[in-house]
Amino acid sequence: MRIIKSGLQTTIQDAGRYGYQRFGVIVSGVMDQMAYRIGNILVGNQGNEASIEMTMKGPEIEFEEDALITITGGNLSPTIDGNLIKLWRPIYVRAGTVLKFGGCTSGCRAYLAVGGGIDVPEVMDSRSTYMRAGIGGHEGRALKDDDCLKLCKPGERSNEILKLLKDPDQPYVESDWSSASEWSTEESDENIIRFIPGREWSLFTQESQEAFTGEEFQLTPQSDRMGFRFKGAQLQLSEKIDMISEAVAFGTVQVPSEGNPIILLADRQTAGGYPKIAQIATADFSKVVQLKPGEKVRFKKITHKEAEKLFIEQEEHVQQIEQGISLKLREGGYNG
Amino acid sequence: MNYELSPLGDAAVIIQLGTDISLDTHHAVRSLTRYLEDHPIPGTLDLVPAFTSVTLYYNPIQVQDHNDHDSQGEHSPYESMCKKLHNILERFEPSSEKEARTIEIPVCYGGELGPDLEEVADHNQLSVDEVIDIHSNGDYLVYMLGFAPGFPYIGGMSEKIATPRRDDPRTSIPAGSVGIAGSQTGVYPIETPGGWQLIGQTPLKLFDLDQDPPTLLEAGDKIRFKPISLSEFKELKEGQS
Repeated sequence: MRIIKSGLQTTIQDAGRYGYQRFGVIVSGVMDQMAYRIGNILVGNQGNEASIEMTMKGPEIEFEEDALITITGGNLSPTIDGNLIKLWRPIYVRAGTVLKFGGCTSGCRAYLAVGGGIDVPEVMDSRSTYMRAGIGGHEGRALKDDDCLKLCKPGERSNEILKLLKDPDQPYVESDWSSASEWSTEESDENIIRFIPGREWSLFTQESQEAFTGEEFQLTPQSDRMGFRFKGAQLQLSEKIDMISEAVAFGTVQVPSEGNPIILLADRQTAGGYPKIAQIATADFSKVVQLKPGEKVRFKKITHKEAEKLFIEQEEHVQQIEQGISLKLREGGYNG
Repeated sequence: MNYELSPLGDAAVIIQLGTDISLDTHHAVRSLTRYLEDHPIPGTLDLVPAFTSVTLYYNPIQVQDHNDHDSQGEHSPYESMCKKLHNILERFEPSSEKEARTIEIPVCYGGELGPDLEEVADHNQLSVDEVIDIHSNGDYLVYMLGFAPGFPYIGGMSEKIATPRRDDPRTSIPAGSVGIAGSQTGVYPIETPGGWQLIGQTPLKLFDLDQDPPTLLEAGDKIRFKPISLSEFKELKEGQS
């Protein structure tokens, strides 16, 4: 496929680069794991195939060969031939078709998954772009106008879905079967983000703990794939402490001395030395990464057990989608 | 062995092995990391050794033990993981450290490659040569890698040359730059912005994808800085590419 226009920040990502953090190599990978995983399932991919992640302003892409695609995550108004196309469902696109993205109507990050995945070399077991080190993805950088990307050979399941949808007389065919509309950001409830108290939670003043759970925090424009910075009540420790750097995870909420919380995300450093007030529940990661600068959130404290339960429910949901597709294919009635 | 387990969210556990940066704790961290690499607990995604802790990332679904119920009759992946870790840690004896490697890092001090060397000297009321002498005569230990690929957190720099970070961080520091920040010293493996006082540069690549592992240094390595001239620097740099 050819990138006619690259959009604001369009990169190739997969589930992330694990196993190299001890060398200081960050995990990278997609910001919205759920949108990415469901995308892969919908096009029949069965592993960590690479997808395209786009933010706020999506790209314009010409398909040079027939492909099976799906768009998941935030709604950046994708169109083909001027028609809006639907999210969260497999779509057949004929060679020569151009996919464009318009304004951002919900969320801000979308994923384009393709049957077979994007063909870029694996670097340290992952195809994710790690821009600062210039590795992974397409030449270690965000996509530019006129980049050409190859697709990997689609697997059996992708071919099966493609065959069911394919109509060479049409530039594209959407499946009338959709998955996972509840993952659609349009339907997510208010911006309430659930968290477990972090390792240094009890070292924050009572007022700071109450402010963190009671007041609104606003996402600032100084936010990127490394972390989201929020503005709101100033969070302070009861007394200054000397922290020794240790591992930080996706969703770790650090508070530097100026008092504004930062949620660490896909491109976070491997280790950090700021006090951790909280850790966002994995089940709410998708909600966090779809926030736009200026949006406000409230943080809600839950127990570790509740977070685990939410995690397991979310995994069961992904499994149901996978089983749903298997069933459709077995019935041979994908499109009806 | 003394240890403490605590969750880092719903998919990781921090194994705390000490409270201070010390050689004993460092050996315990290294030793446990090696053990968990050689005897992986099913569901482990990644291990991140740090100064006083090892963090284990896991997939809760793979760790969930359906025979293991908590008081509410639920299967708690964290509790299953902790149970497995307790079994290991209660009888764990840190093994004797492998013979540590000593890696020599040639550094061309001062000039364009070390633009802050004089400032470091002035700050500590030393001559430039004294700073070089002190920096290149220390016994350094790599406690952990982090921050950037191959970036070493090194202990062992003399307080005599400690210098606060620059007030105006540079927007771009070349790869290989050797710097001082407070009482730490380190080498930037890749080009990055930063506020460290730059005293020199090494021609060695600290991060090289063509090598396996991709980093020159590993936690546990001893390192020595060796002063070299600008012409030696150029020669070595040439030989690298």
